[in-house]
Amino acid sequence: MEFKLETFLFFFLAVSSIISAIMMITRKSPISSALFLILNFFTVSGLYLLLKAQFIAVIQVLVYMGAIMVLFLFVIMLLNLQDKSKFKEKYSYKKITSLLLSILLFCILSFTLYFGFTGKFKAMSDAAGDLGKAETLGAELFTAFSFPFELASFLLLAAIVGAVVLAKKKFN
Amino acid sequence: MIDSYIPIFIIFVFAVGFGIVMVKFSSLFGPSRPNKEKLSTYESGIDPVGTAHERFSIKFYMVAVLFILFDIEVVFLYPWAAAFLNFEPVKMVYSFISVIVFIIILLVGYLYVIKKGALKWD
Repeated sequence: MEFKLETFLFFFLAVSSIISAIMMITRKSPISSALFLILNFFTVSGLYLLLKAQFIAVIQVLVYMGAIMVLFLFVIMLLNLQDKSKFKEKYSYKKITSLLLSILLFCILSFTLYFGFTGKFKAMSDAAGDLGKAETLGAELFTAFSFPFELASFLLLAAIVGAVVLAKKKFN
Repeated sequence: MIDSYIPIFIIFVFAVGFGIVMVKFSSLFGPSRPNKEKLSTYESGIDPVGTAHERFSIKFYMVAVLFILFDIEVVFLYPWAAAFLNFEPVKMVYSFISVIVFIIILLVGYLYVIKKGALKWD
């Protein structure tokens, strides 16, 4: 097998994203969890670049690493994390749900691996290289797909109203 | 294709390297004579009161959530800006109208936020 930079980068990013995800859920301090989450977002954005989804990679950095991360930090600031006893899991249905979801995830992953090793997935053609650019996306999104685009604005509007309503008691 | 990202990669290497060098070199070469007063938390010169693990007001969170929502609005405008000049005139007008409608819908949300006083600090 010839050495390809893309293959090396893929394995490097994939392994570091798995390691940072595991580090994130095993840290005691919520701040270091948040920092490992940033590292995870960063490696995932690198994986998007390898998949030729340039726009999504940049948006991952801008929105997730920039904005969503601030939300996580504010959540840490809002919660009183001193009292550890409040964070004990009491309900067993949570454990059952998470078990079912992990079994589902395992099934999806093993199917992906099976199809990958039996060669059922085709390699990406070179023509796909431009598909992920903001230009190509914009050319389609604002003409052929303008209705879903307008629907997205209603989704954002609902989120704005929801955020204000949920916190409204404080502003009276 | 991956070659075109080498300049970005160099920037990352420099940024990370600069951060490490700044922190490590100052602790390596700087004099270190700690005492009790120096190691205490700096609180404008007076003795520290309480802990830093206090709960913050929900107002910070409101500003952050609303920032993200309008941030996503702006994200939608990037591909429009990138594609706009390649459109033929009819598509230019069409996409302009669809973006204006998009912004007006979110402007309603913005006016709602202002009227409810969600961004008011007092």
